[in-house]
Amino acid sequence: MPSKENPTARETNAGGRLFILGPGGAARRLWSVYGGYALGFVSLFLIWQLASLYVVSSVLFPPPTVVFSKGLLLVRNGVLLEHLAASMQRILAGFIAGSLLGIPIGLAMGSFWPVRKLLEPYTEFLRFIPSVAMITVAVIWFGIGEGAKIFLIIYTTIFIVILNTAAGVSAIAPNKIRAAQSLGATRAQIFFHVALPATVPYILTGMRLAMGNSFTTIVAAELIAANDGLGKMLWDGRLFMLVDEIFVSLVTLGLLGFAVDRMFRWSIYTFAGKYSPAT
Amino acid sequence: MPLVSFHNVEKTYRSLQGVEYGAVEHFSVEIEAGEFFCLLGPSGCGKTTVLKMLAGFEAPTAGHILMDGRPVQGASRDRGVVFQGDDSLYGWLTAVENVEFGLRMRHVRKADRRERAMHYLELVGLRGQEKKYPAELSGGMKQRIQIARVLANEPKMLLMDEPFAALDAQTRSLMQEELANIWHTTRTTVLFITHDIDEAVTLGKRIGVMRAGPRSQVKGVVEVALNGARSRTDDVFLQYYKQVYEMIRDEVAKAIARAD
Repeated sequence: MPSKENPTARETNAGGRLFILGPGGAARRLWSVYGGYALGFVSLFLIWQLASLYVVSSVLFPPPTVVFSKGLLLVRNGVLLEHLAASMQRILAGFIAGSLLGIPIGLAMGSFWPVRKLLEPYTEFLRFIPSVAMITVAVIWFGIGEGAKIFLIIYTTIFIVILNTAAGVSAIAPNKIRAAQSLGATRAQIFFHVALPATVPYILTGMRLAMGNSFTTIVAAELIAANDGLGKMLWDGRLFMLVDEIFVSLVTLGLLGFAVDRMFRWSIYTFAGKYSPAT
Repeated sequence: MPLVSFHNVEKTYRSLQGVEYGAVEHFSVEIEAGEFFCLLGPSGCGKTTVLKMLAGFEAPTAGHILMDGRPVQGASRDRGVVFQGDDSLYGWLTAVENVEFGLRMRHVRKADRRERAMHYLELVGLRGQEKKYPAELSGGMKQRIQIARVLANEPKMLLMDEPFAALDAQTRSLMQEELANIWHTTRTTVLFITHDIDEAVTLGKRIGVMRAGPRSQVKGVVEVALNGARSRTDDVFLQYYKQVYEMIRDEVAKAIARAD
C-alpha cells in the first residue's frame, strides 16, 4: 500500500523545514507528492464521463473524451495555443506591472502612516469596484486593443498586492526592528535587511491571490471585447453553438490556473520558504 | 564614574482614553563598568520599562539616563539587547548570519565577520549548528543565538530582558551557568532583568530590588559577595536568597493585591 501522505501537511512541513521522508526511493516520494493529485484528477474526469454518458446524456454536456479529442485537434491546428498565448500575455504583462507598482506602494503605506492615511481612500474606495465593472470604462478609454486588457489586469492585481504588502509590514514583530537598531543598523538598512525580507511571504501571498483574480478578469474582458484569447474562444463557442469548444476553453482555464498556482506555491515554499514570518 | 546612571527617572504612559499610568517614578540606580547587575521585581513593576529606556527604545518622561556621562538618545550599538522571546531573530537568516548581522551592517569584510561570528557561536555552545535556521533550533538554542549576536557586535553593555523566562527549568539553569561563565571571560557590563530570586542570586554581582508598581523605584540594592561558581545548596547562597526574599516578599503581596 503506497503512502497516502496528505499533500497539504507535507508542504507545511516543508515550510517549517522538517522534511521527514519515509523509507523508500524516488518513486515512492514522487507518488506521495503527486499521487493524490493524479487520483483526484482521474476521479474528476471519470465522474464527468459517467455523468455525461448516463445521467445528462445531451449534446450540451459533452464527455471529457470528446472534449479532449477536440482539444487535441485545436492544439494541432494551433488555434488553442494562439488563444492561450494571447490570454497569458495579457495576464503576465498586467500582473507583473501591477505587482511592480503595488509592492512599493504597499511598503510605503505599511512603513509611513502619513502615506497610509493619504492613500487609504484610494485603495479602500477603488478595491470595491470590481475590475469586471471597469471593463466598460477601460474600453471607452483604451479601445478594444491590448491596452484595455492590461489596464484591467493591473487594476485587479494592484490593490490586493498593496493590501497584503502593507499588512505584511505592519505584522513585523517590533523586536525585529529594535534588535536591528541596537545592533547599529541605519533606517535604510532596517528597511532593506529586516522589513523587506520579513514581508516577502505576505507579498507572495498577495500576488498569488491577484493571479486568481487576473484569470476572472481576463476572461470577462475577452468575452466583451477581444479578437483572440480564451474568453473570445468561449464567446465564439456560444455564438456558433460549438459546445465542445466551450468546454475545451473551460478545461484549459482550469488546468492553466491550477498549474500557475502550483508554480506560485512551489516558489513560495522553495525560494521563499525560509522567509517564514514566525522565526 | 559609573558606566550607567539613572537619575530620578520617571516614565508615564497615557492610554488612548487619556488615562495616565506611572510605570516608574524617582527611579535612581547606578551600574558600574564590568558588573553584572540584576534588576529584580514583581510582575508589573516596570523592570522592562527601565530596560527599554536604557536601550533607547522609549524616552523617559522626566529625569536623566546617562551612559559614560552622556544622555541616552535612541538605540545604539553600545547597548546590545537580548529579548525574552525569539521574535527578534531573523527567520530568513541562518544562525551564523544572524550572529554576524551587526557586523554586516557595519560592512565588516565577509571573512572577518564570519570568523568572529563563529568564535561567539562557539562561546555559546552552538558550534555545528551555524547553518541551521532559527525555526530548526530549540528555545534554548535560539536564546544562545541572541546572546552570540549581541556579543559579536561587542557592545559596551548587555541588556537582558528575562532572557531565560520562557525556557524549561533544566535548560534555564544550564543557560544561567553558561552565561555566568561567559561573563567571567568577557567581563561585559550586564543589566539583567528578572522576577526570579534564584536567578538573581545565581547571576548578580549586585541585585536591585524594585517596589511593586505603579510608580515603582528601587527599594534597595543587595551586594552579592560570591565569586566563581555559585551553588544553590551553599549556606551563603541561601543567606542571600533569604535577604532578597525578605525585601521582595511585601512587594509581591502588594503587586498581587493591586492586580485583584
